[in-house]
Amino acid sequence: MASAPPAAPAPAPSLVDTLFQRSLDDLVKSLRADPSAAGESAAVARALSEIHREIRAPDTATKAVALQKLTYLSSLHFAPVASHPLAFPAIELIASPQLPHRRLAYLAASLSLHPASLSLLPLATHQLHKDLSPSTSSAANHHVTALALQLLASPAAAAAPDLPVHLAHDLVPHLSRGSPRAIAAAARVIAASPSAAVPVLFKPLAACLASPDPRASAAAAAAFCELSAPPADAAPFLPLAPDLYNLLTTSRSNWALIKVLKVFARLAPLESRLAARIVDPVCQLLARSAAMSLTFECIRTVLTALPAHDAAVRLAIGKAKEFLAAEDDPNLRYLGLLALGMLGPAYASTLHECRGVIAQSLGDADSNICREALHLMMGLIDDSNVTDIAGMLVSHASKSDPEFANDILGAVLSACGRNVYELVSDFDWYVSLLTDMGRNLHCAQGDEIGRQLVDVGLRVQDARPELVHSSRTLLIDPALLGNHLLCPVLSAAAWVSGEYVNFTKDPVELVEALLQPRISLLPMSVRAVYIQAVLKVITFCCNLYVERLSDSSKEVSVALNGLSMDQTVSGGSDAPIGSSNGQITVPRMMEKDPFSLKSVVHMINLIETTVGPLVECNEVEVLERARNLIGFVYSLREIQELKESKFDDDKHSRVKELVKNMQTVLSHEIGPVSLNAQEKVSLPDDLVLNENLAELVDIISEDDTTLSSSIVFYPRSCGSVETRDEPALSLGSSSLLSEHRKRHGLYYLPTGKAEDGPVDYPHANDPLLPASSESALDDKLKTIQPVTGGKKPKAVKSRPKVVKLDGEDFLSSMVASASVPKEDSLSGAVRGVLLGRDLKPSSSQKASDKAYEGIINKMDSGESSSQWKNNVDADFVGHPTSSSRPSIQQSHDKESTNPLESDGKEARKHRRSRSGHRQGKHKHRERHCTQPDVPQAPIIQDFLL
Amino acid sequence: MIQAVMVMSTQGKPRLLKFYSYQPPEKHQDLVRGVFQLLSARPDSVSNFVKVDAIFGPGAKLVYKHLATLYFVFVFDSSENELAVLDLVQVFVETLDRCFKNVCELDIVFNFNKLHTILDEMILGGQVIETSSEQIMRSVEEIARLEKQSNTTSLIPKSISERFSR
Repeated sequence: MASAPPAAPAPAPSLVDTLFQRSLDDLVKSLRADPSAAGESAAVARALSEIHREIRAPDTATKAVALQKLTYLSSLHFAPVASHPLAFPAIELIASPQLPHRRLAYLAASLSLHPASLSLLPLATHQLHKDLSPSTSSAANHHVTALALQLLASPAAAAAPDLPVHLAHDLVPHLSRGSPRAIAAAARVIAASPSAAVPVLFKPLAACLASPDPRASAAAAAAFCELSAPPADAAPFLPLAPDLYNLLTTSRSNWALIKVLKVFARLAPLESRLAARIVDPVCQLLARSAAMSLTFECIRTVLTALPAHDAAVRLAIGKAKEFLAAEDDPNLRYLGLLALGMLGPAYASTLHECRGVIAQSLGDADSNICREALHLMMGLIDDSNVTDIAGMLVSHASKSDPEFANDILGAVLSACGRNVYELVSDFDWYVSLLTDMGRNLHCAQGDEIGRQLVDVGLRVQDARPELVHSSRTLLIDPALLGNHLLCPVLSAAAWVSGEYVNFTKDPVELVEALLQPRISLLPMSVRAVYIQAVLKVITFCCNLYVERLSDSSKEVSVALNGLSMDQTVSGGSDAPIGSSNGQITVPRMMEKDPFSLKSVVHMINLIETTVGPLVECNEVEVLERARNLIGFVYSLREIQELKESKFDDDKHSRVKELVKNMQTVLSHEIGPVSLNAQEKVSLPDDLVLNENLAELVDIISEDDTTLSSSIVFYPRSCGSVETRDEPALSLGSSSLLSEHRKRHGLYYLPTGKAEDGPVDYPHANDPLLPASSESALDDKLKTIQPVTGGKKPKAVKSRPKVVKLDGEDFLSSMVASASVPKEDSLSGAVRGVLLGRDLKPSSSQKASDKAYEGIINKMDSGESSSQWKNNVDADFVGHPTSSSRPSIQQSHDKESTNPLESDGKEARKHRRSRSGHRQGKHKHRERHCTQPDVPQAPIIQDFLL
Repeated sequence: MIQAVMVMSTQGKPRLLKFYSYQPPEKHQDLVRGVFQLLSARPDSVSNFVKVDAIFGPGAKLVYKHLATLYFVFVFDSSENELAVLDLVQVFVETLDRCFKNVCELDIVFNFNKLHTILDEMILGGQVIETSSEQIMRSVEEIARLEKQSNTTSLIPKSISERFSR
């Protein structure tokens, strides 16, 4: 047909339109003329404009061609049909006497899935009814019926309301003739409207299953396979079993047999007698069939539906192995792996036999085969082979493409981490494996690896030395800092290194690694973890240095240091750390002593150089930790002067006390927190939880007033002699506390307790005197009292500027079972030091001697035994001072009182506490204990929950 | 059941598109694009099955053949056997080859309606009704003969046309 534009108006307009109308071929050519997206969309738009006009032409032929073009554009060029619904012209044309027009119309109707078209489709019901009626047996009518069935079975008809319902009856005559098309259409009609269609169509359909015509019975088998498919319930189809069995044993059609096998695979689990009956014919098919498709279906049926029949399963396994051995056909190999995946646990030995083939499949060029092999390998893993398989998989991941490598690593992490590492017995191996995974260039599982590193540290005490060692290899490598995928792993490594610093062989190297210049590449949240780890390490080193300084003379020699270590161990003071440290440090004494003055000063200088600038950081997490660390280091500057002031016992004692207290805070054991831990904290009867905390506004404003008062107080203290500062400071503290109690009595314990307060205050007059035996006895008596009384604490806002409240922060850390409260209390303790600097009259980098004295006075008073005793009597539990952190209420229990005693009993009690923890974790070696630690058991159990 | 049949070029252009389970029209283009991205990333000489749960829903797989410049794709569910559907693709390709005498992409492009006729002889409502290439050929040829006969008749004007005019 010519593609010339229409001529001038002629006497017969419709004839001219018909003769000169662009055909579908013309349309396709114009679309292909300009293959660019813009050209194509322009051509489509122009064509739609033409179609819009042509489809309303009176001439049927013109309308048919327009519909044909519209169907094409809608189907393959996704042209929007909302303004040109296919259904209406299609419905017009399916009534046409011309067979070609009807074919086009039926195709358009079955392809039109737009809601606008679907809503019109019921208009075709009458015409479909006519086309489905077997009025004559002419060839043309046969094809029209085929077209009608095609539409009836299409998703368009299924989506159109009520269309299948009205036409179900029309299918019955065709079903009785055994028409495969009618059988397939009946299945769709039943699926679309089961309640209406089943009474009409089910019996005729079942009759087709028993038909002597193989085409009819095969089609019926396929229909029932569709209808019984999940999520449908297969039980209603059990009565069909005899006819299906007959097909199974007589049919020569592979398609029919495959369908029958699928139906039986769904029915056999419902009826064991049926399963027993079909085993023999299935095995015969399995043994004789030359068609791979039928063979595979037999394998699938046996493995999924007949697992109790061992002979059949073994035959199926043999066939599956033949599939696996097909070197030149990846399809068969893939299906062989699928078959192995269907094996139940009873045949795990078969999987092990095929382990070599499965492992080899991991390296196949076909990603299908690789993933299926990985899935099977995960099924192979048990506690006896986990090290071999996981190691092989991780090694394989390093050679794989990024996507599959991550699939492998994810699978290994999931398998090994399952049910709290139940497959893993060698945790040293597992920790090193986690490290290897993290080093994989494409690893995107950093979050899970990091989480597991920390989790293993919390749960497996024996794994900590290896954890620290593996973490070291990650932290000292500057190249890893540029890999952003690795940040969660580095964060976990830093946390582990700081938390378990007592297992570190070379703390100086560790501090250097944690402060290397390239950490500026890390995100701020990870840098905060690094800084926190440095604080833990430096505290640990200073503590050991101070202890050594106390236990030995000033002269340093190899023999004396060695002797000092022996004494430390035998003395039982901080035995676990001392023992570990003694074993590790002695051989390296000559090379590099991390606990020497030189090393400590080196680390301090490094910290000041690298972390100092961060005290002005915009990121509050980093800012706070940097200030904590710098504040601590600032106070440690005293250590340098110890060399020069050998006989200044006062300074020595103060620094020692500071370091030991920090070490005590940081040494508290952290265990995993049970998911139900929060619920185990019962609310006190007299505690009323408000809907909101509006009432705290008053307290906050009160703190501001207190701050102002404190500023006024400080200069006077600075200007007075040291001996007279003591009573003034304690008096001010007492006054402030009394005033605060008066204004906010709601948050304090009953008034009766207050009367004890003033009685204990005079003890503040002599904080430096050694405690007498009578005083010790008195402390013990008062310690017991709160526990026996059974009183519960009320949460109060801690007040760092009031010296007693510092103790509250310290007290809070003793009951902490999570890292967050611990950091909070640490922050509070260090802030107390920083406040001294903040209160200086003039701002300068280096504080004067008087400022030093002020700080020491504050710390000394805050930590005196009298203050602690007073805290115990008051029974306060401070909550975190940082508002940026979540607040956690802690229960006051017996353990929390033990570390508060400042006399020699503190170390002993603390040691018993640690011993209790170790016993709870089934540690074989037991430390010497002066006294059995039975009361600690409940607390340990709580940690293990 | 067979959920969809697609024929697309190695440039991602759809040449034949038929859905047997309902898919909203606005999703059709995304489905074609998704399948094309999957297939174009696969090298030759690997298996012909791909799991397409992410595209067509749980349990869906596709089998494909890559011939010259075309991908022939059949999407199916757990009621079909993988190798049997692969055989069916082969039957479809053979039938096209017979109809068009060494079929190439241009034959597919310019025979939209004939393609659907061939496909309708093989599959009805997602169910396979004929697996013999010879039988399909005979049916298609008979349909063509009937339509040619009908076209001859249409040259004679009929009063029925006037009834539809406005």
